[in-house]
Amino acid sequence: MSDVLLHVSNLTAELGNGERPLRVCDGIDFSIRRGETLALLGESGCGKSMTALTLMRLLPLSGRIVGGSVQLDDSELLSLPEREMRGVRGGRMAMIFQEPQTSLNPVLKVGDQIAEAVRLHKPASNAQGASPPLLKRRLFSGEAEVAERVVELLRAVGIPDPARRAGEFPHQLSGGMKQRVMIAMALAGDPELLIADEPTTALDVTIQAQVLQLLKGLQAQTGMAVLLITHDLGVVAETADRLAVMYAGQIVEQASVDAFFAAPAHPYSRKLMESVPSASKRRGELAVIPGRVPPLDQPFTGCRFADRCSQVMPACREAPIAWFQPNLEQSVRCLLWAEGPARLQRASAAVGVVESSASSLRLETATAPRSATGLESEAEALDAARLDAASALSRSAAAPEGHALLATDGLEVHFPIQRGLFRSTVGHLKAVDGVDLRLQAGQTLALVGESGCGKTTVGKAILRLEPPTGGTVRYNGVDLAAIRAGQMRRYRKDLQIIFQDPFASMNPRMLVGDIVGEGLQSLGLEKGRAARRRRVAMLLEQVGIGEQAMERYPHEFSGGQRQRICIARALAVDPKLIVCDEPTSALDVSVQAQILNLLKRLQDELGLSYLFITHDISVVAYLAHEVAVMYLGRIVEQGTAAEVLDAPRHPYTQALLSAVPMMDKAERRQIIRLEGDMPSPAAPPTGCHFHPRCPQAIADCALAYPQPVQLSKTQSARCLRIEV
Amino acid sequence: MPVILITDALIFLLIAVAIAFGLYAARHEHLRGPWRQVGRSPVGVAALVVIVFYVGIGLLDSLHFHPLIEPMAPADLTDQRTDQRTDQQAPTYSTQVISVLDRWLSGLRERQEKTFSAPFAIQLFVKEAIEQPDGSLIRGYPRLEYGGAHLADPAQRDLDILLRGLFGMVKGLIAWTAVMTILIALRAWHRQQSFNDSASRIWRGETKTPWRTVLITLALMLVLSFVAAELAAKYHILGTDKVGEDVFYQSLKSIRTGLVIGTLTTLVMLPAAVILGIMAGYFGGRTDDVIQYLYTTLSSIPGVLLIAAAILMLQVYMTNHADQFQSLVERADLRLLFLCIILGVTSWTGLCRLLRGESLKLREADYVQAARSLGVRHSTAIARHILPNVLHIVMITVVLDFSGLVLAEAVLSYVNIGVDPTMNSWGNMINSARLELARDPMVWWSLAAAFVFMFTLVLAANLLADVVRDAFDPRLRGAS
Ligand SMILES: Nc1ncnc2c1ncn2[C@@H]1O[C@H](COP(=O)(O)OP(=O)(O)OP(=O)(O)O)[C@@H](O)[C@H]1O
Ligand code: SF4
Ligand code: SF4
Ligand SMILES: [Mg+2]
Repeated sequence: MSDVLLHVSNLTAELGNGERPLRVCDGIDFSIRRGETLALLGESGCGKSMTALTLMRLLPLSGRIVGGSVQLDDSELLSLPEREMRGVRGGRMAMIFQEPQTSLNPVLKVGDQIAEAVRLHKPASNAQGASPPLLKRRLFSGEAEVAERVVELLRAVGIPDPARRAGEFPHQLSGGMKQRVMIAMALAGDPELLIADEPTTALDVTIQAQVLQLLKGLQAQTGMAVLLITHDLGVVAETADRLAVMYAGQIVEQASVDAFFAAPAHPYSRKLMESVPSASKRRGELAVIPGRVPPLDQPFTGCRFADRCSQVMPACREAPIAWFQPNLEQSVRCLLWAEGPARLQRASAAVGVVESSASSLRLETATAPRSATGLESEAEALDAARLDAASALSRSAAAPEGHALLATDGLEVHFPIQRGLFRSTVGHLKAVDGVDLRLQAGQTLALVGESGCGKTTVGKAILRLEPPTGGTVRYNGVDLAAIRAGQMRRYRKDLQIIFQDPFASMNPRMLVGDIVGEGLQSLGLEKGRAARRRRVAMLLEQVGIGEQAMERYPHEFSGGQRQRICIARALAVDPKLIVCDEPTSALDVSVQAQILNLLKRLQDELGLSYLFITHDISVVAYLAHEVAVMYLGRIVEQGTAAEVLDAPRHPYTQALLSAVPMMDKAERRQIIRLEGDMPSPAAPPTGCHFHPRCPQAIADCALAYPQPVQLSKTQSARCLRIEV
Repeated sequence: MPVILITDALIFLLIAVAIAFGLYAARHEHLRGPWRQVGRSPVGVAALVVIVFYVGIGLLDSLHFHPLIEPMAPADLTDQRTDQRTDQQAPTYSTQVISVLDRWLSGLRERQEKTFSAPFAIQLFVKEAIEQPDGSLIRGYPRLEYGGAHLADPAQRDLDILLRGLFGMVKGLIAWTAVMTILIALRAWHRQQSFNDSASRIWRGETKTPWRTVLITLALMLVLSFVAAELAAKYHILGTDKVGEDVFYQSLKSIRTGLVIGTLTTLVMLPAAVILGIMAGYFGGRTDDVIQYLYTTLSSIPGVLLIAAAILMLQVYMTNHADQFQSLVERADLRLLFLCIILGVTSWTGLCRLLRGESLKLREADYVQAARSLGVRHSTAIARHILPNVLHIVMITVVLDFSGLVLAEAVLSYVNIGVDPTMNSWGNMINSARLELARDPMVWWSLAAAFVFMFTLVLAANLLADVVRDAFDPRLRGAS
């Protein structure tokens, strides 16, 4: 038996027939060794999931495999008859998907679903022994034994009280638990290879940390190999051994993780890394990749990245690019490496001028093993950034107190829980339960927290899109929560909102021009149609879309472009404050970089204030002046970005930050593992809401909700264990 | 002198609405696209051609007028010269109301037999005492007064039918060729292609709109119509009923009734369903509670009961106020309208519920929230953001409901709470035929005729509905 478990060569698959089929993967080569984790990295639409489905031979109806070979151990999967392939799937090769909600059957108990997988696969793999499979199957399918195995699997994936959980239905489990159940099902057949397609994308960071740790642990125990598909560089850096970067249906770079993060070789990989926001990039703009991934329905001649590459040469477009090996652990499809590293150095020196200092530092240390100087200078850059933040802080602190543009005090939004025939109110879901926030003019306040903690509801309550049930929202001294609905129209102009999902936030039946002009019209800001159109054109120009977009429909634009249009719509009424509700979480990192750059530029030019709602800590580090951390409807810690991110004091903030996967080993913290999930806001725990999960909890924590402790002029936290 | 019955007026209104909607849809890609897709589906266009034939007949039957009374017979002329002069100045009209279709089919209408006769029969279906030329009486099947009366020898019947059928077919093919030529020429002119080019593309099925299917369906329908017309001139092709009326004529007259029920009901219920449904979903709270209460109450009353009560009330009213109605046709028409309204009242709840659910979802959609944060008024938000995004549901429901309503009419008339017994409708035909089924030998043709006509319409409507739903349903659209 060789060391290589899966060997894929020249795998090509197409989707759709007709004249222009989509070539979703084109000449894919890679191999995975036993016990190894290979990460497949790339932006959306690059064909990552399709590659995984092709390996499993699970392509959608319109798809077909055109050529290549997939060898699992010694068997060629592509020529296997479908009946035997079914045994391989879920047996030797298992897969878990991104959406745990939709991968489980809602009407079956989770135990039964796992048991099904156990029954299907266990006998076959046992039968490798001498006894005839039929006999074995009967022996094994003793129900008691199956049940035992189910419990064992659930325990293996870290589900507490597995015997009881096996009898529950999927909707009774949280997202993280569902993903664990999926993993348990995948493990039922003792797979040699586990394909995980964005297994943690739908989960919160603390849960993501749990699941990734679980996968690692299982891998160490069983020695299975993992093909991890993800778009998150941090996840790759923390979990994978090797990685392959995919672009437009092709793999463009393969490397060991260490070599890659020391010096990504392909211009695309490099840009991708530079576009990830972080504290160290605060001062400058993020790198962006112009253009978008080319559609896959066309024949390509040269390098697929040529149209977006800043180092493109005429030769790049002429012929398919071969693989080059900059060093032993790395290979890349880019002509810059055709003559070895020398050429690249020249080229990168030329580009280095326009690129941010931190990244060119990386490039120059590219070929050598990562030097101490590189690390040092990075640390310096980081420090500089912190200083910068600190000076910004002192500036804002200098502004007269109480002059906050927006201040909420004890803001509450309680949703009634109604039951029964006559819908009597049986309780309240305290989505927001006493939130105090201060936002200075021209600044960004980041509101971070896990899904369901009430961030969006805070944003909506401030705009009165969701009526607050208590507390005040003072905007320039006026309490928006107290005025009548009719009077609110006057303040609509000043407060705007940008939503998370760029695909849902525009009416698909309206022209872009009308969408952007909607506020101008309804608030009577520009009366004439011609004047309105001029203003809309200007706005579209301002967000970098161009006025020709006015006559088109939203579906003709990509996610990033749509988000720009939404920004233009909010800008149209000349607001002072924009609530940004996770505006980039549905976007790829390179597109996210464009939007963040735009938001930052607009803030500088127009003096806008942002309430930036997000769960992405790297975005916070890049953009925010102040940070408020929310847990179960309340703010647990707030302060300046530098204070909260570098010296978190609340145990929850500490755990949250430690769970964020980091590309840079130096920035990684020891993960503080949180047990369980966030409780429901309908029945929050007594005392400190965090106490059932808090690693530092003491008996007193369950008694009363702790009062804020002022740690510095700007930082405060609500925890009993903090001493000033 | 033209007469406009209430349902006629509503039909014209409906056509106006349809045209206005067509113009609106043509300018909005999200509506035009799906309709284009309907136009490109072979099943869709075939169904459309069939429906166009039905609608054409229905429309002809909706142009009502009082016929001119023919001047007196020439024999009287010499005596009453003065009378004739007044006739010329102020023509007199009959109080009878007939439609263009009636005028067109006057031959069929007037050639009434004594009683039952089978399709293509030349003799009555029942035995009678016949007086022989020699004065003796025998019991036998007498010759029909009109059906096959031109035949001297009954044995020639089959040959005659064959010849006439062939003749009709030739006529039909000629008409079809003419229509086809015009169609191809128009298309060639529009596309700036040569005529031959256009024709060969159509026949090789290379056009985006399946013109070949259109033409084949058209050929079938035209040949059928011409053969039927040719034969109906001399025979009762679908037989006659108890009072000797031509069943083919009845079936054709029933088309209007079916179409009116299928479309006007929708027109009547649409405003209520759309407005209340959207309001319930969009405003929620009290409004929602009231509207929900309303439709749950309404939909828990058995529809038949409601209809029966309403129709009985109307009947009582009409017998007490007989003087308000100038003619039987008007009475029947009012009853038809009433049936539409009451069917509408019982059937709006389904659409209302659907729309409520969808608006409830849309209200939370980010773009509606964004509109609210931009200070857009509720009425504007509904008109601009909610309505256009639920229009596809309305469209699918309207088309799907149509066939159900046509069938409902048949059922209601069968239990005598449908349209007026004097009005031609498939339901009434079935109702009157049910007793005759017990006869031996059986009188099957009324039932069969009603069945075939209704079946064709409902099948075409259902096929079209499927295509429309596939085109408009965003989930299905995503899948294809
Ligand atoms: N209209 C509503 N009616 C009842 N409950 C609601 C409503 N809107 C939100 N909630 C509940 O309030 C809580 C907070 O929701 P919210 O959307 O503010 O969370 P979030 O922090 O924005 O989460 P995410 O990161 O997933 O966007 C959740 O438990 C949610 O289910
Ligand atoms: S081959 Fe050329 S175009 Fe492609 S990535 Fe390399 S330098 Fe850029
Ligand atoms: S108060 Fe207690 S439970 Fe709450 S965060 Fe502090 S230590 Fe943990
Ligand atoms: Mg949210």
